[in-house]
Amino acid sequence: MPDAAALPPWHQIVLDTFKQNDIRLIPYVPDNVLRPLIEGVHADPFFHAFTCAREEEALGIAAGAWMGGLRSMVLMQTSGFATLANVIASLAVPAQIPVLMMVSERGTLGEFNQGQALVARTMRPVMDALAMEHHTITRLDETGFIVDRTIRQAVATQAPATLILSPLLTGGKAQP
Amino acid sequence: MSAIQNQPVSRDQAKVMRRADLTRRLVARLKHEEAVIGGIGFSNFDLFGAGHRAQNFYMLGSMGLAVPIALGVALAQKQRRVFALEGDGSLLMQLGALGTVATQRPTNLCIVVLDNGAYQITGGQMAASGAGTDLIAIARASGLAQSAWAADETAFEEMVDRALTEDGPFVIGCRIDNARPEKQTPRDPSRIRDDFMRGLGVKK
Ligand SMILES: Cc1ncc(C[n+]2csc(CCOP(=O)(O)OP(=O)(O)O)c2C)c(N)n1
Repeated sequence: MPDAAALPPWHQIVLDTFKQNDIRLIPYVPDNVLRPLIEGVHADPFFHAFTCAREEEALGIAAGAWMGGLRSMVLMQTSGFATLANVIASLAVPAQIPVLMMVSERGTLGEFNQGQALVARTMRPVMDALAMEHHTITRLDETGFIVDRTIRQAVATQAPATLILSPLLTGGKAQP
Repeated sequence: MSAIQNQPVSRDQAKVMRRADLTRRLVARLKHEEAVIGGIGFSNFDLFGAGHRAQNFYMLGSMGLAVPIALGVALAQKQRRVFALEGDGSLLMQLGALGTVATQRPTNLCIVVLDNGAYQITGGQMAASGAGTDLIAIARASGLAQSAWAADETAFEEMVDRALTEDGPFVIGCRIDNARPEKQTPRDPSRIRDDFMRGLGVKK
């Protein structure tokens, strides 16, 4: 693994890895912790990034884009993932569409919002119930590897997958 | 759809038509491998009933997502015209998608709203559209200026022809009755997806 001190910030590694994997479409519902990544993809003409009203809608767009030959990454926070069980179970899994999701993990490690803390606990059980691949990224020196390999496996196995960005990586958001 | 001829201003003035007949009329006009996304339930049953095409995607279980899926296809393949067939109950579940389409302005996308005022497949319970909610007015207010009700079958065909030749996005509102579909789509999602990707030239 590379020396963490010499590495670019997490959002730059993520953005570069998207590019290497030809992920161009970024439909998202905003999250504060994701801001530097969101600003990065908006600033780079390689990407087409835009907000959606709901995460479900963003997954539908990503599924359609995949079938049309364009790769996407849907960005959201933990609360957004909680709205997705139906679309993953009814569309991505049975139709074998490798929808890729990146979730900023909120509601843990010093959060202040009780609702987020509760809904955060439903996230991994739902992913496991759907038998969906998911990886939690905690370290800068592992970020590129996990993002790259998760994308490749999702595409190769035609299965949805989620990348969870831990506060250990991003700094998260704690009680002021 | 600036020309108001054959396009009434409100839902009450539009003729109540047959979904299967309208779907056949739409499919008959598709000559350039246009993609069609059929929404949950009867919208995709009648699309299948109009004759299977490799460029049809039958969405089986994700209520409200015909428009987002169609938007994804339209963004991926800008040269291809893409149609979404969506029920009124389904569109009511995902109204924000209209704002997203308005923001993205895909010139190759046309949304056909099939409005029977009800959730027909689950037993015909009334939807808000049946009590006066005008989905075409909502589409316009969402920023989709080229949205109109089809006065009758002839108007519907004219509007489809416009959507095939001019820059969209378009929204065509169709009032429909509660006739039952003639066929049922085979329930094999991975095969539907695979056929569709081959039909779009993404898989060989
Ligand atoms: C999220 C979700 N809620 C409820 C249902 C059950 N359901 C399936 S189809 C349907 C009605 C669809 O109504 P509409 O789009 O108007 O089509 P119609 O049945 O009238 O043809 C409902 C409520 C579902 N499949 N998914």
